[in-house]
Amino acid sequence: MDSLSTLWETFFDGDSMREALPEMLTVGLPNTLILAVSAALLGSVLGMLLAVAGISRTRWLRWPARLYTDVFRGLPAAATILLIGVGLAPLGMEIWGPNPYPLGVLALSLIAAAYLGEIFRAGILSVEAAQLEGARALGFSWAESMRLVIIPQGVRRVLPAWVNQLIALIKDSSLVYFLGLLASQRELFRIGQDYAANTGNQSALLLAGLFYLVLTVPLTHAVNWLDRRLRQGRPAAPPEPDTDLTPAGVTPTGRDPR
Amino acid sequence: MTTSTATSVSLAVRDVHLAFGAHRVLRGADLDVARGGTACVIGPSGSGKSTLLRTINRLIEPDRGDVLLDGRSVLRDDPDALRQRIGMVFQQFNLFPHLSVLRNVTLALRKLKKLDEDEAVALARAQLDLVGLAGKVDARPAQLSGGQQQRVAIARALALRPQVMLFDEATSALDPELVKGVLAVMADLAAAGMTMVVVTHEMGFARTVADTVAFMDAGVVLEAGPPAAVFEAPAHPRLRRFLSQVL
Repeated sequence: MDSLSTLWETFFDGDSMREALPEMLTVGLPNTLILAVSAALLGSVLGMLLAVAGISRTRWLRWPARLYTDVFRGLPAAATILLIGVGLAPLGMEIWGPNPYPLGVLALSLIAAAYLGEIFRAGILSVEAAQLEGARALGFSWAESMRLVIIPQGVRRVLPAWVNQLIALIKDSSLVYFLGLLASQRELFRIGQDYAANTGNQSALLLAGLFYLVLTVPLTHAVNWLDRRLRQGRPAAPPEPDTDLTPAGVTPTGRDPR
Repeated sequence: MTTSTATSVSLAVRDVHLAFGAHRVLRGADLDVARGGTACVIGPSGSGKSTLLRTINRLIEPDRGDVLLDGRSVLRDDPDALRQRIGMVFQQFNLFPHLSVLRNVTLALRKLKKLDEDEAVALARAQLDLVGLAGKVDARPAQLSGGQQQRVAIARALALRPQVMLFDEATSALDPELVKGVLAVMADLAAAGMTMVVVTHEMGFARTVADTVAFMDAGVVLEAGPPAAVFEAPAHPRLRRFLSQVL
């Protein structure tokens, strides 16, 4: 048999793909999305807490945030997922029973929080000091100024980096297979791998790869689009010349000097 | 222009000192503004004008000295509550770019004054109408000219019904043709009886609108008086030199 066609069959066997497709669509894809999106949301909440702690004037907030970030950015994702998923399993057992899925979400969130914390911190620090002064001059406290004025602007500026993190999470969600998921909890990669292991044919795994690309490639382009839009400003009317120098109902007299 | 004339207060700055490290920015500055009066603060760059303004609403805490509103020290008040009573307008406007013009004005009304949405919007629209920007409520600040942005900033400050207004070189960042519209709003506010402290390089404005002109140099008010006295008969040599350079 032609070795080239064998190679082709190994990766592009239509029957193997068709066999795996239904389960990928109904089980794998939803689970991958649930894992990635819930970790992105929980990671964003934790990341924002880390960012605010990271810019705090109190070192007792700054240092723990720094330590957390260094540890969770420094460890391989696979190691963190195993450490959390296995290490906290007894604790998880008491809360939600013998289900590794929530621990997978938690591990992914803790990893994402470390990166998102740095992203949010950079965004917050990029907002001009004049914005804080403007808010404080109106009578807002420091915390209110951060919440209402500074953080909303900072987050907007790092939206592209946030989407990049979502892309990373979609890919990293494949790592939770370490934790031994139930059949109904398997995400794209695990399903592809299971079919590949059973048949000795890699086509199902390649199909899983295609699913990942369908998710991540458009997001990558969304990042570029967002980035351009944020750099150039929203597509809106440019500032118009100030034709009415004197506002309606105002006579520029002031008081008679003398 | 409708302003809260009745609630205007007198303002007194007493011997305010402030140092940033070894750099002594204010070295015993004094300033008096009568209730409803306008004081223009003039002087060379780095003389401490903007810093003095920021000690009045405690964006910067003075090291020594006092600021009195109607004879009562502002240092005894909660700084956040104090700043709701003192409006401030900045050289660079400091509008919030992520919010519409209307939201820029309603934000503090809703979150600080606890007005409900309808009240805040009605008040903000009325205030924006007074500065000639009723048609721009839905625009973003970046879509407005500098002059329009500064008028929004004035409306945002006035919407809180302040007792004092502080202007920090409010027209310095504007193109020359846009200065007039902003000065007109400020002159009108002064005429309506708002107590104002105006740091400015606009000598024409100081001459025609101010009750008091205060000349600052090296962290102190060297000379203060009615515009006629300060501009026509300056006593201090440094004021004479300054005026000869700017007039």
